[in-house]
Amino acid sequence: MNRLRGLRAAVAATTVFLVSACAGGSAGSAGSVTVFAAASLTDAFNAIGAAHTKFSFAGSQVLVQQIQDGAPADVLATADTITIGQVSDQLESAPQTFARNTLVIVTAPGNPQHLTTLADLAEPKVQVVLADPSVPAGKYAAQALHDAHVTVHPRSLEIDVRSVLTKVEVGEADAGIVYVTDAMSAGAKVSSTPIANSPVATYQIGALDKQGEAFVTEVLSPAGQAVLHRYGFLSP
Amino acid sequence: MTLHCAVQAVRGEFTLDVTLDAAPGEVVAVVGPNGAGKSTLLRSLAGLDACTGDISVGDMDIGGLAPHQRPVAWVPQDGALFPHLSAIDNVAFGIGGRRGRPEAARWLSLLGLKEHIHKRPRQLSGGQAQRVALARALVRRPALLLLDEPMAALDVATRTEARRTLRQHLASYGGVTLLVTHDPVDAATLASRVVALDAGRIVQDASPAHVARAPRTPWLADWMGLNAFRGRASGQAVDLDSGGRLVAADAPLDPAGEVLAVVPAHAVTLSRVQPHGSARNTWPVVVRELVATGSRVRIRCDGHPAVVAEVTADAVADLGLAEGVDAWASTKATEVTVVPL
Amino acid sequence: MTRRPPISLAVAATVGVAFLVLPLVGLLVKAPWSDLPSLVTSPEARTALRLSLECSFGALALALITGVPLAWLLARRDFPGKALVRALVTVPLVLPPVVGGVALLFAFGRRGIFPLHIAFTTWAAIAAEAFVAMPFLVLAVEGALTSLDQRYEDVAGTLGAGPLTTFRRVTLPLVGPGLAAGAALAWARALGEFGATITFAGNLPGSTQTLPLHVYLQLQSGHPDAAVAASVLMLAVSILVLVALRGRWRVSRS
Repeated sequence: MNRLRGLRAAVAATTVFLVSACAGGSAGSAGSVTVFAAASLTDAFNAIGAAHTKFSFAGSQVLVQQIQDGAPADVLATADTITIGQVSDQLESAPQTFARNTLVIVTAPGNPQHLTTLADLAEPKVQVVLADPSVPAGKYAAQALHDAHVTVHPRSLEIDVRSVLTKVEVGEADAGIVYVTDAMSAGAKVSSTPIANSPVATYQIGALDKQGEAFVTEVLSPAGQAVLHRYGFLSP
Repeated sequence: MTLHCAVQAVRGEFTLDVTLDAAPGEVVAVVGPNGAGKSTLLRSLAGLDACTGDISVGDMDIGGLAPHQRPVAWVPQDGALFPHLSAIDNVAFGIGGRRGRPEAARWLSLLGLKEHIHKRPRQLSGGQAQRVALARALVRRPALLLLDEPMAALDVATRTEARRTLRQHLASYGGVTLLVTHDPVDAATLASRVVALDAGRIVQDASPAHVARAPRTPWLADWMGLNAFRGRASGQAVDLDSGGRLVAADAPLDPAGEVLAVVPAHAVTLSRVQPHGSARNTWPVVVRELVATGSRVRIRCDGHPAVVAEVTADAVADLGLAEGVDAWASTKATEVTVVPL
Repeated sequence: MTRRPPISLAVAATVGVAFLVLPLVGLLVKAPWSDLPSLVTSPEARTALRLSLECSFGALALALITGVPLAWLLARRDFPGKALVRALVTVPLVLPPVVGGVALLFAFGRRGIFPLHIAFTTWAAIAAEAFVAMPFLVLAVEGALTSLDQRYEDVAGTLGAGPLTTFRRVTLPLVGPGLAAGAALAWARALGEFGATITFAGNLPGSTQTLPLHVYLQLQSGHPDAAVAASVLMLAVSILVLVALRGRWRVSRS
């Protein structure tokens, strides 16, 4: 008798588990919105986000991959214009530019090594860390260096731009190239120097279903734009 | 080389305090109840357990030396042969260089194990493994040989043969042997001296015969429970040095050699009149002493041979046995174990 | 061994096997078999593989050199703080790998409490992998040593073998199977390490971009085929090494 009861309990538990797992496949529970956004939007979007908004921040390409594999996102915001095109068939309407970002050089507070130009980063003694070119920030940094005819031998190509910032913050690297928004988020823990003629990252946002449109509207609204400015983003 | 040791060791609440001297060639049986400290004594002498005091072999003070620096061989119960090495490699383990394996092969042949030298320990019988362990210890010619219950892992049938082999090799081994055993037959047949331990102290240090006659503690008395008579084998009987003759059931191996006839005390029956039963050995005795241990009474009798019998208290009462009383002792031939010397 | 197992056990076991095997089957089924040869022999993949092998075996060596003596101490000797040491040895097992990487940074980084100046070098990758792999080795060897009858080592001593000789000729051969199993687990863990490596050693092709990192980046840059191909490569290498230790998995029979 006990064995039968135990078996029934096991079957019941398994059923509940499977049903909720399948239910999780459809976008969020009623009222909650899931936003997939590029890592550099972390602080700004958290400030914009209202109640019932869930965020997932990662590299733009990773987010697109997850959506293609069926991840339940309602909104996608990327740090470039090309990546979002990979899911254009799933968007409610054409993606819209909502912010821009530029690159800066970050160093230890006070910039002890006086690294102010890209050429300074080419010095062999300087430990430079960049984002991997597979990430938009890394792509832009590589482009900036190329345009300035500077060859840098980075010690590491981090898998997301926030890791670049972290490495400079903890003193592991002497300098890194990150977005101006990243530098701002670190506050006094790093010093930053703008890069002349920096490539500009263009951020685009699109709703993947009706539920996401409210958030898109919020981001494009004056209130949303004000928040983005506060965190260092440029207007679109 | 003479052994001299004055060893103190503490294990929790147990304290060992033993002073012992032994001459080269002596075989000392170390006996006692469980927990008396026998194994601890051996391990301390081998350097495996910490102890204080002096240990010297000949002129050499070995107390401060690590086990591998001491001229001591230690053979634990069941031999502890290295399972990953063959018999010959086990024996050769302690001797380095090129002469290791030939020497080991020689020893194993001597012990009758020539066909088994390449076998792994798990392929050997208990008796064979014990011989290999002994060879492994003796091949290094240690000054002190420590055997911890060498027969414990053997079945009764193998023991007799193993005892004979061990006795032979101990006789030709010139060092001091300390042999821990729970078997009074081992003590009686292998050792010239019995050191009895109890709670870490020596309670008796005497020849096996003396301990059998006059055990100093109840445990010893109980344990010994043996009569051991020296004599000469003649046919299937033994002519005892102390007079008298005992018939044994098995023919002794050396028909005319010196032997020890061993009869357990509980196998000796006493009666007031001459018995006419199946026992092949009967002889008149005079009761000399009765010692009660629990419900059993050990009765020492004079006669040819003088003998210790063990009977129940009820039997004593029924038979009216008392000091000075005449009686007949009898024992079956099957109870007489003849041990060649 | 020939008796049929109870039904419930058989069902549960089948589910378990399926759970473990299906992802591997999925990987193999989705692999771009026609492009596989060119993908796995690409310079990036080859470099990442070579680096992964160097680092994982380097980590294993480091784990063996420091871990086996530690296991011996834990199994054979009593010392103050032993329980604490044993608990600390298991910490890398429960620590999320990235946390491990951060900890390594704060310990051995440029501004760490014990700067080692190995950041961004292959040594850092080896250190990160050794950090996560060592507990497997120490626990396996300690277990094998504890279950080994100490009398063998005692007898070896009385036969004239000093501590090192005893360890080499008696202890090691007898704990061999347990040691091999621990080493295999440790190596496999080191090979697959990602979080601690990327955090402590960074990512640079040729010096710190191990195969798992390579797979992740291929995925991130929109080359899922290359990612799957590299994954299949890792799977093949792992199976090869682990099968080479086949039969040594089981705990010592003696």
